Amino acid sequence: MENPYMPYPVRIDDIEIATEDKSLKTFKFVFLNEGDEEKFAYHAGQFAELSIPGVGEIPIGIASSPVEKGFVKFTVFKTGVVTSHLHNMKVGDIMGLRGPLGNWYPWDKLENKNVVIIGGGFAFTTLRSSIIYMLDPANRSKFKNIDVVYGARSPGMLLYRDELFEWEKRNDINMHITVDSTDDPSWKYHTGFVPQIVEQNAPKADQDTYAIICGPPIMIKFTQPSLTQLGYKPHQIIMSLENRMKCGIGMCGRCNIGKELVCKDGPVFTLDEINQTPKEY
Amino acid sequence: MKFITIDKKNWTKGIDKSRGTYRLFGPVKDKNWCMIKELDGDILPDMEYNESVMSAKSVLFPQSETILNTSLNESVEDHHIMKRAKNDYTARAVLGIRPYDAKAIQLVKMNFDTKEYKDPYWCDAYEATTFVGMAITKPGPFDFSTSVDSGPFCEEGLDILLADLDDSFIAKILTPKGESFAAACGFDSTIDDKESQALFDILRKEAEKNINCRVETDKLKEKNLLDLHGASFWDDLAFSCINCGTCTYVCPTCWCFDIQDEAKLKESSRFRNWDTCMSPLFTRHATGHNPRGVKVQRVRQRFMHKLKYFLDKYDQGIMCVGCGRCVKSCPVNIDIREVCHTMNTYEKKD
Ligand SMILES: Cc1cc2nc3c(=O)[nH]c(=O)nc-3n(C[C@H](O)[C@H](O)[C@H](O)COP(=O)(O)OP(=O)(O)OC[C@H]3O[C@@H](n4cnc5c(N)ncnc54)[C@H](O)[C@@H]3O)c2cc1C
Ligand code: SF4
Ligand code: SF4
Ligand code: FES
Repeated sequence: MENPYMPYPVRIDDIEIATEDKSLKTFKFVFLNEGDEEKFAYHAGQFAELSIPGVGEIPIGIASSPVEKGFVKFTVFKTGVVTSHLHNMKVGDIMGLRGPLGNWYPWDKLENKNVVIIGGGFAFTTLRSSIIYMLDPANRSKFKNIDVVYGARSPGMLLYRDELFEWEKRNDINMHITVDSTDDPSWKYHTGFVPQIVEQNAPKADQDTYAIICGPPIMIKFTQPSLTQLGYKPHQIIMSLENRMKCGIGMCGRCNIGKELVCKDGPVFTLDEINQTPKEY
Repeated sequence: MKFITIDKKNWTKGIDKSRGTYRLFGPVKDKNWCMIKELDGDILPDMEYNESVMSAKSVLFPQSETILNTSLNESVEDHHIMKRAKNDYTARAVLGIRPYDAKAIQLVKMNFDTKEYKDPYWCDAYEATTFVGMAITKPGPFDFSTSVDSGPFCEEGLDILLADLDDSFIAKILTPKGESFAAACGFDSTIDDKESQALFDILRKEAEKNINCRVETDKLKEKNLLDLHGASFWDDLAFSCINCGTCTYVCPTCWCFDIQDEAKLKESSRFRNWDTCMSPLFTRHATGHNPRGVKVQRVRQRFMHKLKYFLDKYDQGIMCVGCGRCVKSCPVNIDIREVCHTMNTYEKKD
């Protein structure tokens, strides 16, 4: 019997400070055992449990992309017991990785569609995974226009800055990077909150356009009206939820919204689906 | 299926004989309570008990159970690489489990034994266990098991069903597991099937007559989930609850758990503990945000899970076997029978 609680052993291969305030770090892991990377085959949008023996486990969205081989990456905000411990670990340390868990963004349904990606703060991890996946030469032709609205408090709080500015230069993706405010005179992108930038820059909805949004509850709340105004119907708005989790496999009972378990039936839902469940997220 | 008779004079000898092959669990008196425990040494099950405070769920799902462990000592090979904890899955039998508790285990099985994932700890324990049920002849005042597809003689989930005839037990052997257990005890005096079944039927009807409480659940399925969730009765209903969680711990069908890690002297283990949806910590995010931060949300969650979400999800009835433990144990008299009635008869006012 497969043991769904058993993590794959991994080694920390690299740690990168991701934001200027050092509250986020990106961890790169490699699998210790041959064959485990194949077993861990994942889709953009899934998450995993980072498992530190003696400390605990935390659900974290997979930030690397299925088209990147040889490693997996996660970007973690330091907040409580496990995340603080992880921030103190060093390259070479051994820990565990359990997954991949949950569903993913509906890549089949998104083929031949325009995709608008909207992210705020550090909830950009699985969106990075998604963008890398879509821009891969083998996949880019499967999608029509790609727009990205991504905002953070300040320029130094944007995740994956090098990649963002590189995408900005390409002509097969429309980047709309924004910060709440900045006193940097050389800042050449947007300033303003995500909902406002969405309203001004995101394409109007037609049947073939879908939006994926990920961010803090407050951003999601205020972005929805902007999307509605642009003509997006609830089934065209795709969201990823973050309920408190333990098992990640639908058994421990804590992450439900109505009869749906966010860890197993989600974390990705359309707004249409969410509208049919109690709003307990 | 066959029937055997067991003279009570031979009961202890038979049970003791089975200890060679089975770890035994059963009801034992503990101060003023009756608990389901492992029958260590020569402890015998109390087959005359009425109700146990806690159900038999702990035989498969201990209150605290180690699931993984590893060494944190870097000089040890395989340090920090988790391994499955070595738990004992040799054959075990629960003696005198009540039919509603055995049925509850079948409901819990839907959670732990699924198409996508199998919980190996629960499933291995389930495989290892023989369920020897004791039919209920004197139902307690809180028993409403007949309203929810169980009952004092319900056979669902049992390997053997015993009925007490003063000087002897009649045992209905229901499965090969039951057969092996009877053989291990040396219980082999078969008796006439038809007559025994007729006797079981009479006893069952007598027992069922003594259950005075009926709870209707027939309309729950057709109710709209969001209407029930948004109903105005939850505030009143939850008002007196003190969120002690007793109702969830005593319930044979509540399966929620927490996972925690512990490290002592460079040895670490990961274990799981029973948890309760009545606790605010159950759903609290690291940010402090809590989707069920208010008491009424948690009380609603417990009843909606049992009486609506589970029903809608599996279409196998409600997640309650009518044992009445939560009704009996609640310090403020919150009564699932009344809640069920309120939900079953709820009409949304526009
Ligand atoms: C699907 C999903 C994807 C996520 N992706 C990311 C990500 O990419 N980057 C990131 O920094 N954070 C992410 N989170 C949030 C992250 O899981 C929590 O910040 C983390 O669990 C906090 O753990 P802690 O031990 O430091 O906090 P404590 O407050 O000490 O929490 C104790 C335990 O409670 C549980 N818990 C607490 N808060 C949460 C929460 N918000 N969500 C789930 N479980 C929680 C965990 O099991 C945790 O170990 C994600 C959460 C989910 C559900
Ligand atoms: S036993 Fe009663 S008071 Fe305690 S949590 Fe349950 S309903 Fe509330
Ligand atoms: S909800 Fe109450 S009556 Fe129903 S099975 Fe659980 S403890 Fe028994
Ligand atoms: S995290 Fe355990 S059920 Fe979802």
